[in-house]
Amino acid sequence: MKVPVSWLKEFIKVPFEVGDLAHRLTMAGTEVASISEIGSDWDGVCVGLVLAVDSHPNADRLRLVTVDSGSGTAEVVCGAPNVAPGQKICYARIGACLVDGHTGEPAVLKPARIRGVVSSGMVCSEKELGLSDEHEGILVLPESAPVGTPLRDYLGETVLDLEVTPNRPDMLSVTGVAREAGALMGKPARVVDPEFAGTGKAIESELAIDIEAPDLCPRYTASLIKGITISDSPEWLKRRLVNAGMRPINNVVDVTNYVMLEYGQPLHAFDFDKLSGARIIVRRAREGQVFVTLDGAERKLTGEMLMICDSKGEIAIAGVMGGANSEVVPDTTSILLESASFNPASIHYTSSKLGLSSAASQRFERGQSPFLTLPALNRATQLILEVAGGEAAQGVIDMAPGLNPRQPVLVSTARINSLLGTNYPEEEIIDALVLLGCSVKSCPASRELAVTPPEWRSDINLGADVVEEIARIKGYGDIPMTMLAKSIPHQSPSPMLSFKHRLREAMVGLGFQEILNWSMTNTGALSKALNQPELSVRPLYLKKPMTLDQECLRTSLRPGLFSALASNRRFEDSEIQLFELGTVYLPAGAGLPEEPQMVGGIIGSPQVKRHWSEETRPFDFYDLKGKVEALLAYLGVNPSFEPSEDSGLKPGSQAVVVVKHVPVGVIGEVDQQAGRAFEIDEPVYYFEIDITRLLPLTVGDRQYQPIPRYPAVVRDIALVMDNTVKHRQVEEIIAGFPLVVETRLFDIYTGKPVPAGKKSMAYRLTFQSRKKTLTDDAVDRVLEQILARLSSGLGAVLRR
Amino acid sequence: MNQQIDDLRNQAVASLKTIASSDELNSWRVRYLGKKSSLMAVLKGLGELPAEERRAVGGQANQLKKELEALLKEKEEALAAVSNLSTGGTDVDITLPGRPANLGKLHPMTLVLHELGEIFASMGFEIVEGPEVEWDYYNFEALNIPKEHPARDSMQTFWVDAPPGENGWEMLLRTHTSPMQIRVMEKQKPPLRIVVPGRVFRYEATDATHIPMFHQIEGLAIDKGITMADLKGTLYEFSRRFFGTDRRVRFRCDFFPFVEPGVEMAVECGVCKGEGCRLCGQSGWIEILGAGMVHPRVLEAGGIDPDVYSGFAFGMGVERIPLLRYGIDDIRLFYSSDLRFLRQF
Repeated sequence: MKVPVSWLKEFIKVPFEVGDLAHRLTMAGTEVASISEIGSDWDGVCVGLVLAVDSHPNADRLRLVTVDSGSGTAEVVCGAPNVAPGQKICYARIGACLVDGHTGEPAVLKPARIRGVVSSGMVCSEKELGLSDEHEGILVLPESAPVGTPLRDYLGETVLDLEVTPNRPDMLSVTGVAREAGALMGKPARVVDPEFAGTGKAIESELAIDIEAPDLCPRYTASLIKGITISDSPEWLKRRLVNAGMRPINNVVDVTNYVMLEYGQPLHAFDFDKLSGARIIVRRAREGQVFVTLDGAERKLTGEMLMICDSKGEIAIAGVMGGANSEVVPDTTSILLESASFNPASIHYTSSKLGLSSAASQRFERGQSPFLTLPALNRATQLILEVAGGEAAQGVIDMAPGLNPRQPVLVSTARINSLLGTNYPEEEIIDALVLLGCSVKSCPASRELAVTPPEWRSDINLGADVVEEIARIKGYGDIPMTMLAKSIPHQSPSPMLSFKHRLREAMVGLGFQEILNWSMTNTGALSKALNQPELSVRPLYLKKPMTLDQECLRTSLRPGLFSALASNRRFEDSEIQLFELGTVYLPAGAGLPEEPQMVGGIIGSPQVKRHWSEETRPFDFYDLKGKVEALLAYLGVNPSFEPSEDSGLKPGSQAVVVVKHVPVGVIGEVDQQAGRAFEIDEPVYYFEIDITRLLPLTVGDRQYQPIPRYPAVVRDIALVMDNTVKHRQVEEIIAGFPLVVETRLFDIYTGKPVPAGKKSMAYRLTFQSRKKTLTDDAVDRVLEQILARLSSGLGAVLRR
Repeated sequence: MNQQIDDLRNQAVASLKTIASSDELNSWRVRYLGKKSSLMAVLKGLGELPAEERRAVGGQANQLKKELEALLKEKEEALAAVSNLSTGGTDVDITLPGRPANLGKLHPMTLVLHELGEIFASMGFEIVEGPEVEWDYYNFEALNIPKEHPARDSMQTFWVDAPPGENGWEMLLRTHTSPMQIRVMEKQKPPLRIVVPGRVFRYEATDATHIPMFHQIEGLAIDKGITMADLKGTLYEFSRRFFGTDRRVRFRCDFFPFVEPGVEMAVECGVCKGEGCRLCGQSGWIEILGAGMVHPRVLEAGGIDPDVYSGFAFGMGVERIPLLRYGIDDIRLFYSSDLRFLRQF
């Protein structure tokens, strides 16, 4: 909302400093985004009087204008068609700073000889003054403009640009801002109730109004003016509108806009002669009907939209835009002026459904006060009579089926102070509320105040609203600062938070960089990453995605991690290790989706030699497996790895991660096709673990194990067995024997002298007892049994 | 033959004295001890000599070979010692890069969220998380933002293409972390103090200052007798710990449908110290969070009697903080997964 300060001053009768006012407004809830000074750069421009206009000796289109500048006369060459003797104009002397009419850049006016005649200065257009783009003719000032006055003093303006919050429709008006400003400065604004002289027939004899949808139209007021002349508005009116950011159109439309800006009450003027049946009907639209608004566009209506109609049909979309069929045009002579209140939600619905937001709809959807309709109607009628002539019918029509008298809000001083943490005495509270225009009655019996908010404020309805008003007037800075005094509430913190924290730290320790990806992805990316032409889990789609590559919610972390590896590979030739810990979204019937927390990690090998001292080896499956084992060991669980068939991972090079018989994730080499779909042309290894599923498996009674008191005995054995025998089979047999506390595979060998089809596996076994020092004999006896079992069970023989 | 071996010895010893680099030493080794050296020729030729001579020459030649090898070793050590001197006299070149032992790094958002969480946790706030896909009831209605309320226009919403829930509720991506206010109130009776970090979503086109997904942290405290002074004190204490004790704090009125009175907190601009600069839009202040006393209708929606209990709530956008702290000029970088960016934190 742009508020010209000169307009404010019509209602604030005490002097004030604009910067101070802007600060007060900002602190009290309406931020002043900027203060602009129109005319601050007009140096050397003053009000001039055109004494004579003569033709230019050498050019048909140019004229010689003699200007009285207050301090002498000057002869100026002027090309404007509208210049005439007796006009008050804006005269710029040599050296003045103006906007160059051609380049639009600021320029200093230099003496010039135009077609052989010296021009001492210039008569300015609006464009040269930076007021608008109008440059066809010169700007003509009112006759009352005092000759010689610097233009800055005469036409200059300070404009506040306010960011109005949705709860304050009153701040979308000059009187509302003036009232707020007055309250904040301790000197209430003065807004006089306007009146007009109706000298025609009684309005009831000319017009009838029917409100068929009172739920959507609590109040409808109207006046009627006949015999008007449509023309341009006077300069002062146009200037105000332009400074407030609106475009002048004609005197009647300009007045409706002017009064809307002044009171915050939108008005609409209908061409009365175009109405059928001298009747206004306020009703809902017919579903599917098409209506042409005054911008010429066809609008398809729904049955929930409120319309203004005459006896034949629709003439306006209530509160949003008028119709082309009842528009005020240059030869209009009679107008019906509408000033009404509409249901805010209904206007919001209509305006967003039609994609049609107007200055009027913005005020209605915020709930402008229905008490303002009548003062605004009176003011607009009076102004139209003033600027467009004509005769107003006597009286106004005021139908108010939904207008209820203001109910006082009951709130106690104690309640106010206990919510604010203050000790304001009752008198101070009452003073603050009165400044705001409330009427306050103290009820000693109930120790409550009955606060009736002023008519222009529709947003004060609860005790809490009154509390905010007190705080705003007193200033938020006036409220003390205290710490929460009561004891800290009982807490039952989710183990997931600390679990995620530990997990992230472990990942970082294992060399993974954390990344965060969008929650949104697309079918194609999921399908490529999972290598599933048809996704096995259908993701949740957005109704209206911002872009097609973010059309659904991710069901997997893979697309994000794969893309990230590929994009970093463009500049990173060392190893890349990335992880993300985040939510995936799995549809779950009719309810909200499941949102399991997943961790996913991907590793790509170094592409170059990493260090001067040693050869660099590419990653393989066991690099990633080692990291996953370390991660899970850090989290206190011991996983097993089982065969798996994940379509996105390379067959025969992948495993399911199982913890306490629960599959919690997968690990493996990324399938070449999936990798290539993301422009990854190297072997990469990926794992993911559902940590929502893992978390409960890590919670157990962990007990301290005493440190062994007796020495351990180690034995190294090399076993030759068939290639098909798995390490775990050996491990499980050994683990079945007493005294063995650790089995470590430290070498695998194939080739001579080991026969073809066989391999040699070398293990270090550690034997230890918690009760005594083991003798070599005791260890050897167990070892013999182990070897016998390995031989009988797996055909493994000791390599000598 | 005797003479020949002595000559070879003198020659080798003399030329060794002039050697000053390992390259030269290597040439020397090839020349006097290599496969094609004269000494090797002598040794290879032993077989053709008569047995007696063979023993004598063989002994001398082998003797010379041992001597030269010893000299070679001595010289190598001498050269190495010189090389060590030139690098500072230590035994290793301490300026050579060590063997890589990479640590990853946490994402800057993780770091900031953790830091924020710790501060509020130390003030007795419990950290909780909530669903990112929500019902419109929790995201809007229960928070005093009814349908067709203009306040919804500032929170452009991603609606999920799913049938309405059993209450007729519509599914959406939460536009703020505030729905958890209601969910916590429904589950837990006052007194309560919580903070909710998490992802939120807005239907906005992406550019250097806007992204469709970002993080917020929400706070809520409800008890008997909680005041706006408590709100100010708590948030001031947060600002002191997070931004430092030298930054002034400003509280002004603002509007959020789920609080009344509504508050906006700003801290003094860290760049200009309140003088006004480009970063703070000449105001001298940086808006940090929105807050207020919980609206009575919100308490009621959560099943809490507003005549008995009161509380305050606050919410802040998290990306803004590292943006300001590190002078990052493009918010999209957080979600670019670019190691050149992420490794800086």
